[in-house]
Formats: sequence, C-alpha cells, structure tokens
Amino acid sequence: MIKYIIKRTLGLIPVFFGITLISFFVIHLAPGKPTDIQTSLNPKVSYEARLRMEKLYGLDKPIHTRYIEWLKRFVKFDFGRSYVDSRPVSEKILERIPVTLLINVSSLILILAVGIPLGILSAVRRNSFMDRATTVFAFVGFSVPEFWLALLLMSLFGISLGWLPVSGIKSLDFEYFSLFGKILDVARHIILPVSIGAFGSIAGISRYMRSSMVGIINQDFIRALRARGLKETDIVYKHALKNAILPVITILGLSVPGLIGGSVIFESIFAIPGMGRLFFESVMARDYSTIMGILSIGAILTLLGNLLADIAYSYADPRIRCGF
Amino acid sequence: MKYFFKNRLALIGFIFITIILAFALFAPKIATHNPAAIDTKSILSGPSNSHILGTDTLGRDIFSRIVYGSRISLSIGFIAVGISVGIGIFFGSIAGYYGGKIDSIIMRFIDICLCFPTFFLILAVIALVEPSIFNIMAIIGLTSWMGIARLIRAEILTLKERDFISASRIMGARGSWIILRHLIPNAIGPVLVSATLGMGGAILIESSLSFLGIGVQPPTPSWGNILMDGKSTLGVAWWLTVFPGIFILLTVLAYNLLGEALRDLLEPRIVANERIESK
Amino acid sequence: MSVLKVNDLRVHFRASAGMVKAVDGVAFEIEKGECLGLVGESGSGKTLTALSIMKLIPENAKIAAGEILFHDINLLALPNDHMRGIRGSKIALVFQESGVSLDPVFTIGHQMTEALFTHRRLVNRKEAKEIALEYLNRVHIPDPLKTFYDYPHQLSGGAKQRVGIAISLLNSPELLILDEPTTALDVTIQAQILDLLDEIIERHDISVLFISHDFGIIARMADRVAVMRNGKIVEMGMKNEILSNPKDPYTVNLLESVKALSWR
Repeated sequence: MIKYIIKRTLGLIPVFFGITLISFFVIHLAPGKPTDIQTSLNPKVSYEARLRMEKLYGLDKPIHTRYIEWLKRFVKFDFGRSYVDSRPVSEKILERIPVTLLINVSSLILILAVGIPLGILSAVRRNSFMDRATTVFAFVGFSVPEFWLALLLMSLFGISLGWLPVSGIKSLDFEYFSLFGKILDVARHIILPVSIGAFGSIAGISRYMRSSMVGIINQDFIRALRARGLKETDIVYKHALKNAILPVITILGLSVPGLIGGSVIFESIFAIPGMGRLFFESVMARDYSTIMGILSIGAILTLLGNLLADIAYSYADPRIRCGF
Repeated sequence: MKYFFKNRLALIGFIFITIILAFALFAPKIATHNPAAIDTKSILSGPSNSHILGTDTLGRDIFSRIVYGSRISLSIGFIAVGISVGIGIFFGSIAGYYGGKIDSIIMRFIDICLCFPTFFLILAVIALVEPSIFNIMAIIGLTSWMGIARLIRAEILTLKERDFISASRIMGARGSWIILRHLIPNAIGPVLVSATLGMGGAILIESSLSFLGIGVQPPTPSWGNILMDGKSTLGVAWWLTVFPGIFILLTVLAYNLLGEALRDLLEPRIVANERIESK
Repeated sequence: MSVLKVNDLRVHFRASAGMVKAVDGVAFEIEKGECLGLVGESGSGKTLTALSIMKLIPENAKIAAGEILFHDINLLALPNDHMRGIRGSKIALVFQESGVSLDPVFTIGHQMTEALFTHRRLVNRKEAKEIALEYLNRVHIPDPLKTFYDYPHQLSGGAKQRVGIAISLLNSPELLILDEPTTALDVTIQAQILDLLDEIIERHDISVLFISHDFGIIARMADRVAVMRNGKIVEMGMKNEILSNPKDPYTVNLLESVKALSWR
C-alpha cells in the first residue's frame, strides 16, 4: 500500500507543474492588463506613468521569465500582492479559506451521509416505489440550476418562514454568544448553502452507489455466500456493501472540484466571505495575482482531494492494501 | 417494468425538447410581446391575461423573453457541445490510435485539465475576454471535452484490438485512414450520449454565468440573465424567479432523460439487471 | 435410508428466446455414504439441478414442479429461514471456481469463522478460529495460520479450492454437492484435489452429489452414475454397469470421447 501511495504521489508532480503552467498561461493570454482599470479608465494618467506601473508589477519582462519567477514564489505560496489593495494574496486567501473549507467539508459529509444510504436502499429495494422516487429525485437533482434552487430556498426559509438567516456567516451579535451559541449560529448560516451545494452530488452519488450495489449483488460470490447459509441482511449490508462502496470512494474524490467551483455561486448569493466570492470579486476587478492564486489553490485542493480519495481507496480495498 | 417507465420519461423529455426547439425556431410567432419592449407602467406585475408569466423590473414581458431566450440558451448549448465533441474526438482518437508516448501525454494533459474546478476556469477566462456570446460558447466547449476524449480513446482501444489486426492483414497496412473511417462511426454511440447530457450541462453553465452577470449581457435575453434581478425582487415578484428557472430545469431534465435513455439503448452490455444462467 | 430423493424436478427459465425447460423431469436418489455422479455436457441442466436442491436458482428461473426430499423433508415447501439453516450446514455446495465464491474484501479466516458462527453455538472467536485452522489442516493447506489471515487474491487457484472445500465441511454436512470442483484447475492440481476429496469423503462418510462433464473424473469418484442430457436423465445405474454396458446412445458417445482423451 505504501508503494502505491508513493507511486501516486510522484505521479502527481507533473500534474502539479501542468497546473501551474496552464493557470499561468491562461491568465496571460487574455487581452487587457491589470493596470487597465487604473490607467485606461483614468484619462489623467500619462503614458509614462502607465509604463512605470507596468514595470512595477513586472509586466514588462518576457513571459517565460515571469513564469519561472512565479513558480519559485508559488512553492512558497507567495502569490504576490493583490492588484486591488496591494495586500499579499496569500493573506487574502488565507482569511477566506477556512470558511470555504468549512462549507465544502460539511457538504461532503452531507453527501456521504445521505447519498450513500439512499443508493444502498434503492439497490436493495429495486423497482420499489422508493427506488423510483429516488431515481426521479436524482434526475431532478442533476438538472436543477443550483443558484435557482438557492434563491427559492432562500426566499422560503429565509424570508417567508424566517427560520434561517440569508446572508453572511455570522450574525451581528456573534461576539456575545456562548461557544455553543456561536457554533449554532454558524450552523444556521451555512445550512442552506451546504445543503444546496450538496444536492447535485447527492443525486449523483446515490445513483452511482445504487448501480455499484446492483452490480455486486449480481456477482457469483454473493450466491456462494447464500450457499453458506448466511443471513440475507449480512450478505447485503456487510459483504455487498463493503464491496460496492469501494468505487464510490474514488467518485467522491472526483466531486471535489465541482464543490469548490460551485462555491463561487453560493458564496455570492448568500454573501458568505469565502474563497469563491473573493475569486469572483477578483475576476471582476481583473486582479491578476489573486485570480491566479485562487485558481492554483483550487487546483491544488482538488489534487489533494483526489490523493486523499486514492489513499482511502488503497486502504479500503485489500487487493491493493495487501497487494500481489 | 422499469424499462418502460424510463422509456416513457424519455419520450416526455423528447417531446419537451421539441417544444423548446419550436420556441427557438418560431420565436417571433410564439412570443406575445417584443422581448425588449420596456413598459414602465407594468413593472413587476404578476401573471395576467396580457402577460402570461408576468413582467420584470423594466416591464418587459417575461414569457416573450423566455421564448427568445431559448434561442440563445439552446444555440450556446449546441455550439459549445459541438466544440467539446470536436476537440474530444480529436484528442481521443489520436491518443487511442497512436498509443504510447502520445497517449500518455494526452492523458496526462486531460488529468491536469480535470484538476481545475471548471467553474473557476471558465470564470477566469470569460471575465478576462469580455462576455460575448461566442466567447461563452467557446469557453464552455473548451472546458468540457475531456470526458468525450476519454470515451473515444477507450472505444478506439477496444476496437483496435478487434478489427485492426484482421483489417490490416486483409487490406495491407493502409490502416490509418480506413480505421478512422471505421472507428469513429462505431464510437458514435457513447459520444451521442455524452453530447446529449452535455447539452444539459452547457445550459446550466450558461445560465449560471448569465445569472452572475458575466454571461449573456442584457438586453439580450437568456434564461440566466432574466433571473439576474430575481435575487433582489424575491419577496415582491416571485414569478421573475420561478418561471425562467422552471424552464431551465425542465429543459436540462429533458436532455438528461433523453441522454440516459440513449445510453440504455446504445450500451446494452452495461445494463445488467438480470443475470441469465444456462446450465 | 436415502439422504436425498429428487422426484420429477422441473425447472424453467426465461431466456430471450422464450421459456426454456432447463430441467425437465429429473429424478434420482442418494443413499447415505454414497457418491452419485451426475455427468453431462454444459447446458444439460446439471448445475441448475444442484442449485435447485439448495434453492438458489437465479431470478429468472423458477421451479415449476417436483419434490426434493431431504430425509423426508420437502425442501421446496420449506420456508426460507429453515432453508437457510440447512444451507451451509446440512447440505453444502462447492462451486466450480472458488475464486469467485470467496468475498474478495474479507480474510479467509473471517469468512470461515463467519460460517461457523452462523450455524453453531460457539463460545468465542478463539474457539471458532481453532476450528477453522483445524479444517484448513484437513484440506492440507501448508500454512493454515498465514492463510487464515490472507485475502482470497493472495492464494493460488488450488489453495482457494481447498479453502472452498474446507468451508463446506465446517458444519459437518450430510450431503456435499460438488459442481465441477476441479474443472478450473491445472491437471496436476486436479489430481491433488481429487485425492483430497477421496480422503474427505471416506473420513467423514458423507453423501456426495458429484457433478462434472468429465466422465473420466466421474468414473474415478462415483459409486453410481446418472447421465444428463437436455434437462433429462437418460441413463442411471451403478458405475461399473454404465461403464461396461452403456445402453443409451448418448452415453456411448460420452464414453467414446473419454477413451479418446485417455485420461489417467
């Protein structure tokens, strides 16, 4: 298993470089420079001043030099300074990451807690009403525009019913709450974005889990287990389940980028101060360095997510853990 | 049984898509009003006889905007999917056919591309090149070809084992062009499925972008940007939010149902609900 | 005194072409300590017969008629949980390929002790482990303790088959059904497994239903022989009788093909 993990980690290094390369070139291929906001829109700025500003931001050097320099700083997580407010990008990201992580991890937990049992039950009671209802739910889950769902639920729970707050991550009088009160307050604020963000993935995971289970139950060794006289519940919920859940672990890893990307929408709608919202604001302001920083961090997080899923899988599947 | 159930739904999906296509093609005949007609007297009025689905913040008829919006949303979807299928077939067939180093490089490239949260990438590029309709189509296409590439590669790899060997023996190794002529048509099945499902995805992405304000720019109506004002008018004008959203939902759902039905149809070897014993 | 008595068994299953009568009026008896060899080509209905005895036929098949009497109990009329008590304890089945009859994600030891706990009242896991190791010994597994903690993919084909046999014996079955137990193995391993089976059968005095398409193997292992073709038994009798004096033309054919291969 260790060998497997090392091999996978080493394999990720070229991917990592590829990520930095692509994000670098993508941003720099675009027309328009970050200084445009400050310069072209301001007729008072002279041509020389513009050149000076570009030099300040290092925009005058050839592209490959800029890449190498950027790479050197990347590994130190130094993404330069924001073009908007000159604060270090890493600082800006750092203060936003915990929130985004909190929401995404909570989403993942929700996906696991709801999606997997749903898939199992659908498989066990194939073609029952419950199964068909879940299938319908899954299809709708794939098809619904998440931001729309967010708006609707926001208006239902936040405005009409007034049960949940609709913006931000803490209430105004957060500081006065007890520890438990603080936790509860944050929970109330994030429950909507977390649930909605998880919605589509729950649909996906439950379908996948279902087909995985059905595939396993049809295999020969299940019949052999029955021939041993084992209880049906043991066969399904112990043997079949343990086999069927393995590929689902990999799929979970693959849903990480979707969650991270989706956070842009939710954080904007719910006015949550997270990384996604920062990304959106940076994009609007053409804040190069922050954009690249967040893009890269996003990709790194995805990479980590996949690696973790791989490790979990290699541990769970004895065929890999105790290899040939 | 279950198959019939799915079939019926797929039929419904197909019918719905046809309706929406009709909306797009015959928009001027179907729409009740000029979608750009501003009518300050009936701002934010609810569904009524004159405005079936109500009006928006500028008094424009929502139904007409939705009908005209279908043109935009659908065409963006088609072209984006077309681009992604084109790129996907290109890379996938090269990787599958030539194998070896080229294959590894392309697969590695795909892995890298998949690491980026798609939405992040799209946002970054779109906002930097100004959101024209063509740019949106191109970007969505450029970020969704990976799945198709893998599919094509897999198909070609399997087909390569089977036919290539005998074919190259029979015809003398004029393999490449002939094989491409054989391989691509055979691999069309999963590609069709991906393309159909991809339509749904493209529509979702476009509407998300338009909703955020960096997709289709008003006054050109797209289902996403009709919803843009939804957030601020939630309490007052629910129809502004509900109706366009329902159209998006139903259209994407229709494509998904159709795609799944196609998948069941074209890939029977994967469906394994019943095991047949013969001893 | 018969352990198993099958009367007019009919099993139908739904294939894409229509309803197939896979087992069409099969009847036989097995006495205590006797080994009945069921021989026939693939598709003759042998395995389905075996699965019917265990009531483990696939979803798209059904038992259309007949009786299966195990010590005068009609298994076909038995409710499911009683049947479960019989499977794996009183009647045990060894599959063709033990590779696919073992759960790949649980250790051998776990699967064996699980089978023990299902049917016996044991004191604790230690006792179960000891019994499992004992049986691994009986099937001549070289290093029982290591195998106990191994996963199926870590064993060779022959070893897996031995494990399969061990599991089937764990709860002292009265009837052992062997469905092509050596077909998937190399010839040398085949011989070893057959020797093992000889030993086991003699030692435990079990009644055996031995299914194979290989007449040579049947000739070696069985006391009585039943020849199956297209879902029916075309000839049945004492082994020596059948071998020396086959009456049905199909049996004659089968015997000819064996002689041509000159097995053993």
